[in-house]
Amino acid sequence: MSDTPQWNSAAPIENLRRRAAIIAAIRAFFVGKDVLEVDTPVMSNAAVSDPYIDTIECRYQPLVGGDVEMKYLQSSPEYAMKRLLASGSGPIYQISKAFRNGEVGRRHNPEFSMLEWYRPGFDHRQLMTEVAELLLPLLGLSEAVEYSYAQVFKTHLGIDPHSACVAELRTIAAEHIDSNYEDDNRDNWLNLLMSHVIEPRLASEGAVFVYDYPASQAALAKVSEDAQGRAVAERFELFVHGVELANGYHELTDATEQARRFEADNRQRGEENLPQRPVDDLLIAALENGMPDCAGVAVGIDRLVMQAIGTDNIADVIAFPLPLA
Amino acid sequence: MANYSTNQFKNGLKVMIDGDPCSMVDVEFVKPGKGQAFTRVKMKNLMSGRTWERTFKSGESVEGADVMDTDMEYLYNDGEMWHFMDPKTYEQVAADQTAIGDAHLWLKEQDACQVTLFNGNPISVTPPNFVELEVVETDPGLKGDTAQGGSKPATLQSGAVVRVPLFIERGEVLKIDTRTGEYVSRA
Repeated sequence: MSDTPQWNSAAPIENLRRRAAIIAAIRAFFVGKDVLEVDTPVMSNAAVSDPYIDTIECRYQPLVGGDVEMKYLQSSPEYAMKRLLASGSGPIYQISKAFRNGEVGRRHNPEFSMLEWYRPGFDHRQLMTEVAELLLPLLGLSEAVEYSYAQVFKTHLGIDPHSACVAELRTIAAEHIDSNYEDDNRDNWLNLLMSHVIEPRLASEGAVFVYDYPASQAALAKVSEDAQGRAVAERFELFVHGVELANGYHELTDATEQARRFEADNRQRGEENLPQRPVDDLLIAALENGMPDCAGVAVGIDRLVMQAIGTDNIADVIAFPLPLA
Repeated sequence: MANYSTNQFKNGLKVMIDGDPCSMVDVEFVKPGKGQAFTRVKMKNLMSGRTWERTFKSGESVEGADVMDTDMEYLYNDGEMWHFMDPKTYEQVAADQTAIGDAHLWLKEQDACQVTLFNGNPISVTPPNFVELEVVETDPGLKGDTAQGGSKPATLQSGAVVRVPLFIERGEVLKIDTRTGEYVSRA
């Protein structure tokens, strides 16, 4: 008996029923708001440039048994959905699979489900309101608190994340975290402190939005000035019981700036000996043509179901996580 | 010993941290959405027993520790050291006061137990969950008082003192749970 491989579902069937009900509720929410459901490719010609998101490569053969063309499993549908926005789609949402190398653990499966939606005419703060409207009832929560990135660092670590230097961040990290970690990239230290010190402390507050990230962590968000005149990324994340659940932007629409960020990402990849990724010329071309001013957000569906059920193990909500796939 | 990279980390893996053998109690992958990946490990120092959290950058590697849990037979105590034998190889090892900890309270000669060896030397001893030991000293039993509650101290052949029901007599053999140090039943 002990030699029988585990063939049955890792997730209890009742959890899969709950998962299906949550997905049905999401679809009903967007139907009610006249947001169009779309379906973009899982396999594409270009990969995202983010240095710390590693796309899974796949081998396509136009002639079976012949030459191989490298394709990529999407790590997020964002580039394709923006091309739809530029094509005149109006507000859109998608529930899709996304794939990432190396991401496996209690809260990660290399293949996972993502909800992503875009709202023309919204900025990131307006989209935060809609995220709360959709997710809080699904989580049995009545309200969410909102803090700026600067506020959570001030409150929990007593520093200004927009100006603290690497030496200062290293000193603070050493007070809270036992590690040999060494790096001269400020954002890596900020991410270390956010994930190891601040996130666990947000756990007791239920649903927490953190917004206005450092400009250096803008990714695909617009950069503007906050009330103190600091350059901030118009980006937010939602943490529920200390778990990162959503990431949203007031989307960058400037093609030249987008091309510059792709190049900067590839330069950083080069410095860290990470593979170079082909720039997605189709996204750049779409932005040059004109994409409406909009805000967009991605929500991890597996984690949403985990939070709704009250489990900290992703295998409780996925029938066949990778080892069983 | 081999080196282990973060992707090989798992519960129970024994590694060297700051010169001491440590065991991984809980391994967690931590990845901020747009940031670098880390592996956060709840670690137990096998020499001091201290547990704490340590964070590794993804891809970082650490040296394995030559630590083995071995089933052995307890032989005798010479007044300073406790001696054990591997029943398969007849190899003998001696554990000092630090390594034996409280385990000596539950050991009688020829009992099986688990000895944790680091580079071949005992660093801890785990007795079986249940042991049978004879009462060598206790107040006289109360006849007929078998149903009613109440307890009294009894000294066992290993030197441990446990609370036992009032009806237990000197010379009886008792079953003890070594994890709690509590009386379970007559053997």
